Amino acid sequence: MKLLDADNLSASYGANQVLFDLTFNLEIGGITAILGANGAGKTTTLRAVCQTVKTAGSLTFLGNRIDGRATEEIVKAGIAHVPDGRGTFTQLTVEENLRLGAYTRKDKAEVAADIEQMFTRFPRLKERYRQQAGTLSGGEQQMLAISRALMLRPRLLLLDEPSFGLAPLIVKEIFDIMRQINQEDKVSMLLVEQNASLALGLADHAYLLETGKIVLSGSSADIKADESIRRIYLGY
Amino acid sequence: MDSLLQQISAGLANGGIYAAIGLALVMIHQSTHHINFAQGEMATFSTFIAWALIQQGVPYWIAFVITVVVSFVIGVLIQRIFLKPVEKAPVLTNVIVFIGLLVIFNSVAGWIFDYTIKSFPSPFPLEGMFLPKYFSGHQIGSIAVTLVVLLAVFSFFRFTPLGLAMRAAAFNPESARLVGIKVSWMLALGWGMAALIGAVAGMMIAPVVFLDPNMMAGILLYGFAAALLGGIDNPWGAVLGGVILGVLENLLGAYVIGSDLKLTMALVLIVTILIFRPYGLFGKPIFSRV
Amino acid sequence: MQITSKKLAYPLGLVLLILLPFVVEDFRVSQFSQVLIYAIAILGLNILTGFGGQISLGHGAFYAVGAYTSAILITQFDMSPYLTLPIAGLVCLVMGVLMGFPALRLAGHYLALATFALAIATPQLLKHKAIEKWTGGVQGLILDKPQSPFKLSLFGTELSEDRWLYLVILLIAILLFWLARNLLNGRIGRAIVAVRDQPVAAAALGVNLTVLKTATFGVSAAYTGIAGALSALAVSFVAPDSFPSFLSISLLVGTVVGGLGSIYGAIFGALFIQFVPNIADQLSKSAPWAVYGAILLAFAYAAPNGVMGIFKKITKRR
Repeated sequence: MKLLDADNLSASYGANQVLFDLTFNLEIGGITAILGANGAGKTTTLRAVCQTVKTAGSLTFLGNRIDGRATEEIVKAGIAHVPDGRGTFTQLTVEENLRLGAYTRKDKAEVAADIEQMFTRFPRLKERYRQQAGTLSGGEQQMLAISRALMLRPRLLLLDEPSFGLAPLIVKEIFDIMRQINQEDKVSMLLVEQNASLALGLADHAYLLETGKIVLSGSSADIKADESIRRIYLGY
Repeated sequence: MDSLLQQISAGLANGGIYAAIGLALVMIHQSTHHINFAQGEMATFSTFIAWALIQQGVPYWIAFVITVVVSFVIGVLIQRIFLKPVEKAPVLTNVIVFIGLLVIFNSVAGWIFDYTIKSFPSPFPLEGMFLPKYFSGHQIGSIAVTLVVLLAVFSFFRFTPLGLAMRAAAFNPESARLVGIKVSWMLALGWGMAALIGAVAGMMIAPVVFLDPNMMAGILLYGFAAALLGGIDNPWGAVLGGVILGVLENLLGAYVIGSDLKLTMALVLIVTILIFRPYGLFGKPIFSRV
Repeated sequence: MQITSKKLAYPLGLVLLILLPFVVEDFRVSQFSQVLIYAIAILGLNILTGFGGQISLGHGAFYAVGAYTSAILITQFDMSPYLTLPIAGLVCLVMGVLMGFPALRLAGHYLALATFALAIATPQLLKHKAIEKWTGGVQGLILDKPQSPFKLSLFGTELSEDRWLYLVILLIAILLFWLARNLLNGRIGRAIVAVRDQPVAAAALGVNLTVLKTATFGVSAAYTGIAGALSALAVSFVAPDSFPSFLSISLLVGTVVGGLGSIYGAIFGALFIQFVPNIADQLSKSAPWAVYGAILLAFAYAAPNGVMGIFKKITKRR
């Protein structure tokens, strides 16, 4: 069974269609990257998975159809989304942000244990536990956003441009932790990135989007190896 | 000196009412970015419900609780039925909906309960339990009840998961959806709570100004002014603003202007303050990046 | 085909509007006069709120000032009624510009409150003893209706005072609408909308925000002021209680019902605020305002962009 199956998925903002008949799937336990230039529709694809944008076509998560369902239900089914711009609740504290991540969970003791685990992974969050989230640095907010999403104990983690606006050292730190999360906690990931080399370093599989259509699909290894693809599409 | 203190204490008691209405307005504004112009009429309607129950022989505090619960439900229903459809419509369309609700509540209240002025009982003893020279029993009781409600609301938002979810939904509805919060229902709850607070305010002011369908019109304006004075997104600012306003109004009316122009003067003062502090005394400007 | 039908429609409509008063009774004529007056007032408000994006809950104040200016000039200074109209407009223009300055600092709800404070203050200030000598205090002022300068009979109906006044108001309304259309469809109109939607960008392009915003306030006030002056002539009477805060709310309702940012929508808005309360009254003696509120709600849900919004939808489909 595939983790996520998209069949002829289209998406529109009002009268503007942005995604055209996308067909792709994600393996359980894998990390997949969506690459492409600005405006290609990468963010929209993630929104389509969460159903925060109007879609047509079918979307199946662990065997269940999720297209047409409310975002709140999809979250409950186990999909967590770290949106572009991080989407942290800047007026709330770090603690409150993490608690909100676990909003749909009923197991209080486990939630507390998970918060401890986030602190082990991201010690900086522990230092700023009671601070207002808006006062954190960009890198710390990204760590907070990822932690908040992980508090859901999701099966699938969606990440929209996690490297955006961050210093390279912080990005490396975050990406290393993401690899760890994938391997240890078996959280599958769908990653949108403009920085192709960074994304291919983490992901097993990649799709390239151009004006709303998939123009390329393959394993990271293959794409990295093929010089002409790299030059033409990825620019390096 | 005595009469000055009496004016101040009357102002504080009134101020508590303005604070409550202001708080209700801030709550709805925080979650929906709209001003509920129908807030006053809803509060009046709730007070009429209480009055009808008491007329039927229901003991005061039981009528109080029933009214509060019913008002909460009405508030939730109003959001679900009337406001959800225009959630995405332009601001002024929402304003029209509020005006429509205002007019309907007022008219239906007059139709069911008629326009004659009614007296409304106060559950508190005539003589003040505390500083009886300056505060009547009702004034003390009224301030106490308002404080209890405000503290309850504050605790709810600060310490309960649902309160946290409501705050999250108000601050960032998109992100709130992404953690599984049903944002629409949070809005409905906010309305319910605002209606509840309004009902309490109505029941506290009715013994003083007597009950008729137009009871709350002026008070709504004060509540609005209180909310703005404190900064439209600041609940504590609304409370402080209400108190300041209550005292100011009474002092102006007694010593400066005379009661005819009391309302005008208070408003002129507010507008002047807003000119120098456009976001209210405690509000924070929201800087939008281009 | 479309062009010729439009070219035919306007003069035809004009002729119909001119003949209208001669085929209905006097009291209906004064109702239609009031509709035209409200249309001008709503157009004024729309310039500020619909195009300019500055919300005003206080335009009743300008209406009142315009009315009183006209009334005072006629009763105390024996001025010709027609001359008082541009003066009333000018007075309100200045008042509007002066109000525009503090309005620069306030936005959204804060501006709504400030203007609403004005609406509430107006009847109270008009009653004040200090200016009773001019305003006639609580009792107000009574005017004589202006007479028509010639005799005329059409369809067997006399050109009465009401009918003459209707024609005067019609002429002024046409003039003011024409003026507004030229203003708002041109460069200035675009600047006003630009300042509403993207003030930072507009300023960066060289638009002087202060001048534009205060001028918009002034013109808006002038329009509503002239409407007020016309109402003084039409009703022959001004008193503080003729201008309650509800008037300001009605004007706003008319603006939204007609369609924000639409010039001709003002006419539908005016028809709404003039006739729907009457209809509501007929539908329910005991709770007429509840019916009014219900109709208002129905409008908000069915036509969130006003009557003109519906027209646009229909014409788009063709």
